Amino acid sequence: MTKSELIEAIALKQTQLTQKDIDSAVKTLLEHMAHSLSNGERIEIRGFGSFSLHHRPPRTGRNPKTGDAVKLPEKYVPHFKPGKELRDRVNGTGNGSK
Amino acid sequence: MALTKAAMAEKLFDDLGLNKREAKEMVDLFFEEIRIALEKGEQVKLSGFGNFDLRSKNQRPGRNPKTGEEIPISARRVVTFRPGQKLRARVEAYAGTVEQ
Repeated sequence: MTKSELIEAIALKQTQLTQKDIDSAVKTLLEHMAHSLSNGERIEIRGFGSFSLHHRPPRTGRNPKTGDAVKLPEKYVPHFKPGKELRDRVNGTGNGSK
Repeated sequence: MALTKAAMAEKLFDDLGLNKREAKEMVDLFFEEIRIALEKGEQVKLSGFGNFDLRSKNQRPGRNPKTGEEIPISARRVVTFRPGQKLRARVEAYAGTVEQ
């Protein structure tokens, strides 16, 4: 499923908003989430999961072409931990509605 | 403070003028439709953000950490999230301390 398919799927489930409204809403939601994470703020969605940042310490890497050592600074990477409902439903062990 | 569905609905109200009920429904449907796709075994690709992928795991040996008793971990399907280039680059640039 792509972003545009997600927008269509949402549009089929509700009647108040136009496809254009839903398009803007989905883009706003994703930008809000990306913005929070890039400011070091966690995202917690009950039944879906949580997004947080994991720290990666500085390390010495190598340029694969030349073999030269390159110092890589510390950084953060996004991490997602699925919530119980999502885990159960994906595994076919949930009841689907809760 | 972590970002929650309530704050996301508030954002739709503030930025797009959805009413409170529409905004809440929109946020709920957003996460529910992603769950439905994953439940059906479909990968979800949100460009600029990341991909939710599915992986099948074989049964493997495990242990009850409390009792030390050996119990098999059954075969299962799990969701993994692979952040996109754009999100990675934005997060990498973050230099402050992380909220735990």
